[in-house]
Amino acid sequence: MRNAKETFMRGVFFAAACTSVLAVALICIFLFTNGIPAINEIGAASFLLGEKWKPSNDIYGIFPMILGSIYVTAGAIVIGVPIGLLTAVFMARFCPKPIYKPLKAATELLAGIPSIVYGFFGLVVLVPFIRDNFDGNGSSMLTASLLLGIMILPTIIGVSESAIRTVPESYYEGALALGATHERSIFWVVLPAAKSGIIAGIVLGIGRAIGETMAVMMVAGNQARMPAGIFKGVRTMTTNIVIEMGYAAGLHREALIATAVVLFVFILIINLSVSLLNRRNLNGGN
Amino acid sequence: MEAIKQFSSSSPDKEAINKVSNREKMKAYLRNPLSFGLFLLVIGAGILTFGVLICLVGYILLKGIPHLDPGLFALNYNTENVSLMPALINTVIMTFFSLLIAAPLGIFSAIFLVEYAKRGNKFVNIIRLTAETLAGIPSIVYGLFGLLFFVTALGWGYSILAGAFTLAIMILPLIMRTTEEALKSVPDSFREGSFGLGAGKLRTVFVIVLPTAVPGILAGVILGTGRIVGETAALIYTAGTVADIPESLLSSGRTLAVHMYALSSEGLYMNQSYATAVVLLVIVIAINTLSGFIAKRITAR
Repeated sequence: MRNAKETFMRGVFFAAACTSVLAVALICIFLFTNGIPAINEIGAASFLLGEKWKPSNDIYGIFPMILGSIYVTAGAIVIGVPIGLLTAVFMARFCPKPIYKPLKAATELLAGIPSIVYGFFGLVVLVPFIRDNFDGNGSSMLTASLLLGIMILPTIIGVSESAIRTVPESYYEGALALGATHERSIFWVVLPAAKSGIIAGIVLGIGRAIGETMAVMMVAGNQARMPAGIFKGVRTMTTNIVIEMGYAAGLHREALIATAVVLFVFILIINLSVSLLNRRNLNGGN
Repeated sequence: MEAIKQFSSSSPDKEAINKVSNREKMKAYLRNPLSFGLFLLVIGAGILTFGVLICLVGYILLKGIPHLDPGLFALNYNTENVSLMPALINTVIMTFFSLLIAAPLGIFSAIFLVEYAKRGNKFVNIIRLTAETLAGIPSIVYGLFGLLFFVTALGWGYSILAGAFTLAIMILPLIMRTTEEALKSVPDSFREGSFGLGAGKLRTVFVIVLPTAVPGILAGVILGTGRIVGETAALIYTAGTVADIPESLLSSGRTLAVHMYALSSEGLYMNQSYATAVVLLVIVIAINTLSGFIAKRITAR
């Protein structure tokens, strides 16, 4: 009797463990069966490389959106990575004890703020600021990059800080003993030793930036045309989906799902590289 | 040689063995302008990060708190009061049902991975890989999947239920991972003691291991709550944007984050948007404090 119960519960646990596999399978099946036919119908080349997105004329090229996602993400990386990395160094190596706790709590709060609040902040503060001080109407690639740069800070800070902390103290002490200053020891010895962990953090940040939807939609301008400059509006793959899904039908709707397929493939590549990096970390640690 | 005794203060875990005065420090920096530059950069970045956060939170609070008038908390939404109360109630309902689905699945999965699965099992690797994949999928892709599967294929329509299932899948990896960590941190001697007293595996798991791991699991669940509260993109096309308290699980209802999106995109109710942002921020800060408090209890043990 007891044995039967044990076996039954073991089965329950096993079944629960299978849900994530099932979920990924379902997501793949539903996205691909709804998206791939559209790609076939439009033609893979003219879908991926087409420079015009005009649903009213049945022209579906998502190249502008792919470029938009890449540019905005690159901008976020340019802004977020140096600040995030330096803040991580500050928190791991420079921070006086009393202010460490509030700073840590602050970065956790940054991570917890809903993206819609970030987007709203961008809309009411960043957009007018860019409009008044630079070219254009404020809703631009630059604004989106700035906002995303802030949004990926907690990811980069968190991962980099723990990577820096796992570097053995003897590395730092050895560098000091050879006559290097505190700063030089950290930047030339500790940081290189934490490199693969830091890169994993950056790649995670890229994943977040590509996948972000609501905040980007509120500040990027969302014109579905080729990106024309950092003060001009852009549309990313994510915003393309969320803006038009509400009223799309037929091939238009399928083309949007196909956009999600392309996005999904981007994310899979990024995830794969993170897990490869992490695996190398583990091996290096042993 | 002098470099050795120059800097000592910063490593937070250690007592300074060779403390130097600030003047000596400055003198050393003058000989090492590069180090001084790096020092300034690092300090600057810390201040910038902190500053951005204070700006963001401060700005929202300053602009929003004056607009928190009683009409916002009326039970019914209309264009005159633009009440956020129905959305707040929907958020609670949504959180409850998402957790009801995700928490048992996540905790049981973690139990399987930690307590039952054999080391080096291929299937365990597959589960880990899929959980990692789920954690990285953008929320709009979840939204589309929810629309295709729960709303259309299963015929639930725009509903709380479709939204809750979509969000449950979204937070599943989070709960799984934190529970796994919590279970792993339970010392093996607990399990051995329990087995030694003649308890079976199941009893050991439920009576000994799980209660010990509760704070860790709770921290994960709270993190999941935070994500549910903040989610917008995955809900627009699954739970819909109806601004009322739903009559049943199959009717549509907007959560607070979706409510805020709707308000700010209409552009008519900016003041109410600020106020809603304040409520969202307060919830997030409360959730963070709570999880921090629980985390502290874990380390206190």
